[in-house]
Amino acid sequence: MTETVERTGGPAIGRPIRRKEDARLLTGRTNWTDNIQLPGTLYMSLLRCPMAHAKIINIDTSAALAAEGVVAVYTGKDFPELPGSTCVWPVTDEIVMSHFPAICLDEVKFGGDVVAVVLATEKYLSVDALDLIDVDYEPLPAVVDMEDALKPGSPLVHSDKGTNECYVAKMPCGDYEAATVKADRVVKRRFINQRLIPSPMEPRAVVAAPMGMSDEITIWTSTQIPHVLRVLLALLTGIPENNLRVVAPDVGGGFGAKLQINREEVLAVVLAQKLGRPIKWTETRSEHMVGTHHGRDQIQDIEMAVMNDGTLVGMKVDLLADMGAYLQIITPGTPLLGMFMYSGIYKMEALDFTCTGVYTTKTPTDAYRGAGRPEATYAIERIMDEVAFELGIEPLELRKKNWIKHEEFPYTQIAGLTYDTGNYEAATARALELFGYDELRAEQAERRAAGGPVQLGIGISTFTEMCGLAPSRTLGALKYVAGGWEHCTIRALPTGKIELITGTSPHGQGHETAWSQIASDIIGVPVEDIEVVHGDTGRAPYGMDTYGSRSLAVGGQAIKLAGERLVEKARIIAAHQLEVSPDDVEFAHGTYSVKGDPEKSTTIQAIAFEAFTAHNLPDGVEPTLSGESTVDPMDFSYPHGTHLAAMEVDTETGQVTLRKYVCVDDCGVQINPLIVEGQVHGGLAQGIAQALFEGALYDAEGNLLTGNMGDYLLPSAVDLPSFITDRTVTPSTTHPLGTKGIGEAGAIASTPAIINGVVDAIRHLGVNDVFMPASPQNVWRAIQTAQNGGAA
Amino acid sequence: MIHIGVTVDGILRHGDVEPRTLLVHWLREDLGLVGTPIGCDTSNCGACTVLIDGRSAKSCSVLAVQVEGATITTIQGLAQDGEWHPVQKAFKECHGLQCGYCTPGMVLASVDLLSENANPTEDEIRHGLEGNLCRCTGYHNIVKAVAMAAAEMRGE
Repeated sequence: MTETVERTGGPAIGRPIRRKEDARLLTGRTNWTDNIQLPGTLYMSLLRCPMAHAKIINIDTSAALAAEGVVAVYTGKDFPELPGSTCVWPVTDEIVMSHFPAICLDEVKFGGDVVAVVLATEKYLSVDALDLIDVDYEPLPAVVDMEDALKPGSPLVHSDKGTNECYVAKMPCGDYEAATVKADRVVKRRFINQRLIPSPMEPRAVVAAPMGMSDEITIWTSTQIPHVLRVLLALLTGIPENNLRVVAPDVGGGFGAKLQINREEVLAVVLAQKLGRPIKWTETRSEHMVGTHHGRDQIQDIEMAVMNDGTLVGMKVDLLADMGAYLQIITPGTPLLGMFMYSGIYKMEALDFTCTGVYTTKTPTDAYRGAGRPEATYAIERIMDEVAFELGIEPLELRKKNWIKHEEFPYTQIAGLTYDTGNYEAATARALELFGYDELRAEQAERRAAGGPVQLGIGISTFTEMCGLAPSRTLGALKYVAGGWEHCTIRALPTGKIELITGTSPHGQGHETAWSQIASDIIGVPVEDIEVVHGDTGRAPYGMDTYGSRSLAVGGQAIKLAGERLVEKARIIAAHQLEVSPDDVEFAHGTYSVKGDPEKSTTIQAIAFEAFTAHNLPDGVEPTLSGESTVDPMDFSYPHGTHLAAMEVDTETGQVTLRKYVCVDDCGVQINPLIVEGQVHGGLAQGIAQALFEGALYDAEGNLLTGNMGDYLLPSAVDLPSFITDRTVTPSTTHPLGTKGIGEAGAIASTPAIINGVVDAIRHLGVNDVFMPASPQNVWRAIQTAQNGGAA
Repeated sequence: MIHIGVTVDGILRHGDVEPRTLLVHWLREDLGLVGTPIGCDTSNCGACTVLIDGRSAKSCSVLAVQVEGATITTIQGLAQDGEWHPVQKAFKECHGLQCGYCTPGMVLASVDLLSENANPTEDEIRHGLEGNLCRCTGYHNIVKAVAMAAAEMRGE
C-alpha cells in the first residue's frame, strides 16, 4: 500500500481528502500543552478537598513550605477575592449567581474544590508537598439530590443565598392547557438524563509565562476557546487584555470539557505575573474526574397530549437541572440550549417548557457534546415510543404521522425556530433499507413468541438539532453576554503560499484539512499550499472558537467570504497587469484571463507577488493581497437523521448487546465526507456510552464514586460494534455553502435510539423505562420492578 | 538515584533516575521524547503505550529502573528511514485518528497485535486493542486501519 497522495485536480469540496493534521499526530511530533518545557518553570499542584461540603477551620502549610523544591504555597487567604471561573450566561433576571473562588477561603462546596496551591521546581516535589499540608475541616451536610435540595429546610450550598434554587426559566409556546383539553389523553413519563464526565483523552493543562516582550504573558492551554478565554482572563485577573496572548496548541479532544475558564488557568496567569516565572500545571485523570466540569444531569418530567389517532397536540417539559456547586461559563444556559428542541421534528400546537436550575455540592455541570440538545432529543424520542406504546401504534408510523413533511419546509416549529430544509422521509427510507427493518421486526416477533431468555428490541430516533451558534442578536435576546460571529483572514503570501487564519479552534475535527478544501475551491490554489492558522490570539486575533457544531456552520461562511474578497482584489490587480478592465477578466482555478483571449492570463500567485512588490499596482489599490471577513450567521442550521438500533437483552441477567446500529444523517453539503464519517462515529460512541456505560455516581455524602478511569466506564473497542452509516444531502439554505454541522449529531441521536431499543426488547415484561446507563444491574432491576407489579 | 542505560528509538540513552520515576516520565521529562502522552493515572487508557523489547507496554505502569538494558520503541521511532510503518499509513488512510492523543499508544498496541496475529478478525482486533481508549473515533476506523495494515504487511 502506498500513502494516498491528494491532488486538487477538480473541486476539493466533497472529496475524502486524507487529513493534513495526521502526519504530526502519527509520528509523535504533536505539540500538546504538557510538552511545553520552559526554563525556570514552577510546577503547580492543587490540594483538593476530600469531602463534598465543609468549613475550612485552619490550613497549616509550614511543613510544605519547608519541603525540598517548594517555592511557594498559597491558600485562599492569599487571594481572597480572586475568582476561579465565571458565568457569562445569567439566564434570567432573578438568577442566583455564585462566586467560584480560585482558591476556597473558608468553605469547600464539592469534592475536589481547591484549598491550597503548591509551586515547586520539580513536578514530583510539587505533588509530594501536597501531602505535607494539614487542613482542619468541619464537615457540613452535603446537598446531593436535586429534589431534596429544593425542599424547605434543606441544607444550603450557598448559605448566604437562602435557597438552592438557582433559577426558573420558562418558555410557554402555544396554549398547553388548551392542548390537554383538546387531546384524548396525556402520556406522562419521568426520564433521568444522568450526569456524565466528558473525558477527552488529553487531560487539561496550562503553561503561563511572562515572555519578556512588554508586559505580555503567554498562556498555552488545552482549551477549545482561546479567544473567549483571553477576554475572560483579563476580566477576572485585571491584567489588561492586550498583555495576554492565549495559545491553544494541539488539543487532544474537548467535547465541551475545554469550553471553560478554569481556576487552574486563572491561578497560572496570576502566579506567573506575581513571580515572573513560567507556571505549569497538568491535570491528572483523577483530578479531571472531579475538577473539570461534568455534563447532562437532568430530571425530565415530560407530558405529551395526543389524539387517539396519534396526532400530537401539545408537550409539557419540566426539568430539574443540576448546576453543581458553582456556575461556570455557561452552566445555567446549558439545559436551555435544548429548550427550542423539545418538539424535535414534529408538529404540535403547544410546548410548555420550564427548567429549574438547582445548586448541589457536586462538580459544576456545563457543556458536554450536544449541550442541552441531547437531553431534549432524548426526551422527545423516548416519549414518542411511550406514546406509540400507549396508543398501540407502530413507533415509526407515529413519527411519520407527526413529522414535518419535506414539502413543508421552511417550517416554523412550535418553539419559533424556522427549519430551513430537511427530508426526514428520505433519511428514514435509506436507514430502514440499510437496517433491514421489516426482517428484524419479524425476528423480534418470532423470539417473543418462542419466549427465550434473549429478546430483541428495535430502537428508533428520528432527530434534528440546531447547529451553528449563533446569530448574535439571538444570543443577546437569550441574555448570553457575547456574540456568535466568526472570522477568517486569507493572506496570499509573496511566494504564492496561502495563510488561512481562522477564529475557530479545532481539537480533533480536522479544520486544517477541511478549511483548506473550502479555500482551495474559492481561490484556486492546491490544498497543500494552504496553511491553516488557528488557536493563537497572537496569530489569529479574532475568533469565537469551537463548540456547538459552529465551526463550519459559522466559520465556513467567513472562509468563503474572505476568499471571495481576496479574489476580487486580485482581479483588479490582474486587470491592470493584463491591461483590460476588471469586468473583462475571468477567474477560474487560480488563473485570471482575458475574456475571449484566454492566452492573456496571469495567476493568483503572480498577483500575490505583484501585490507584495507593489511596483505596478493600479492607482488606489493598497499593497499586499488578502481578504478578510467577520460573519454573523443569519440563522441556525438543522441537521437531521434517522438512527436505528437492534438491541438484544438477556432478560435473565439484564445483559444488553448492541447488535446492529444504522444511521443516515443529513448534514447538508459535506466538505470532506471522510471527516464527516469520523465525526458521526465518534458521536455515536459517546451517545451510546451514555445509554449503556457511563454515569457519574455520588454517594449520600456527596463523594464521587466514579472518580477515575477504572470506575467510570468509558467504552473500549470491544464494547462497540462497527456502525453502518450513510448520508442524505439536503443543502441548508441559511448557509452559503449549504452545510449544516455534524460534530454533535451522533451523540444527540444515538442515546434515545439505544434506550428505545432496550425498552422495546422487554416491553412485554411490563417495562416502560430503564435508567441509564442500561447496565445489567439497571436492566435487571427494571424487569424485576415491573414483574413485581410496579412500572419500572 | 539509580543509573540506567536503555536503547530508545535506536539510540542508547543513559540516565540517573529516582527509583520511583515512571518510564513515561523519564521518556517525556528527561529525554524530551514527548511524543508519548499520558492520559490517565490508573493504567486504563493506554495512551502512553510503547514497545519494550518488541512487546507493547503502558509506560505509566513501568518504572524507569525496570527497563535497564531494554530496547524501547516510541511512536517517534517507529518509522524507519522516514518510511512510515504500515500501521501509521493505514491509520491515515482510514481516518483512524481525530484529536490524535490516543494515537501513539493505539498505533504501537496495533503493531504488537499484528506481530502476534498477522491476520486478525474484527473481533480479535477489538479485543487486542481493549486496553487502549479512544474518545473520538468510536474505534470504527481504527479497526479498519488495523485490518488494512495487516493485509499490507501480509503482502496482499
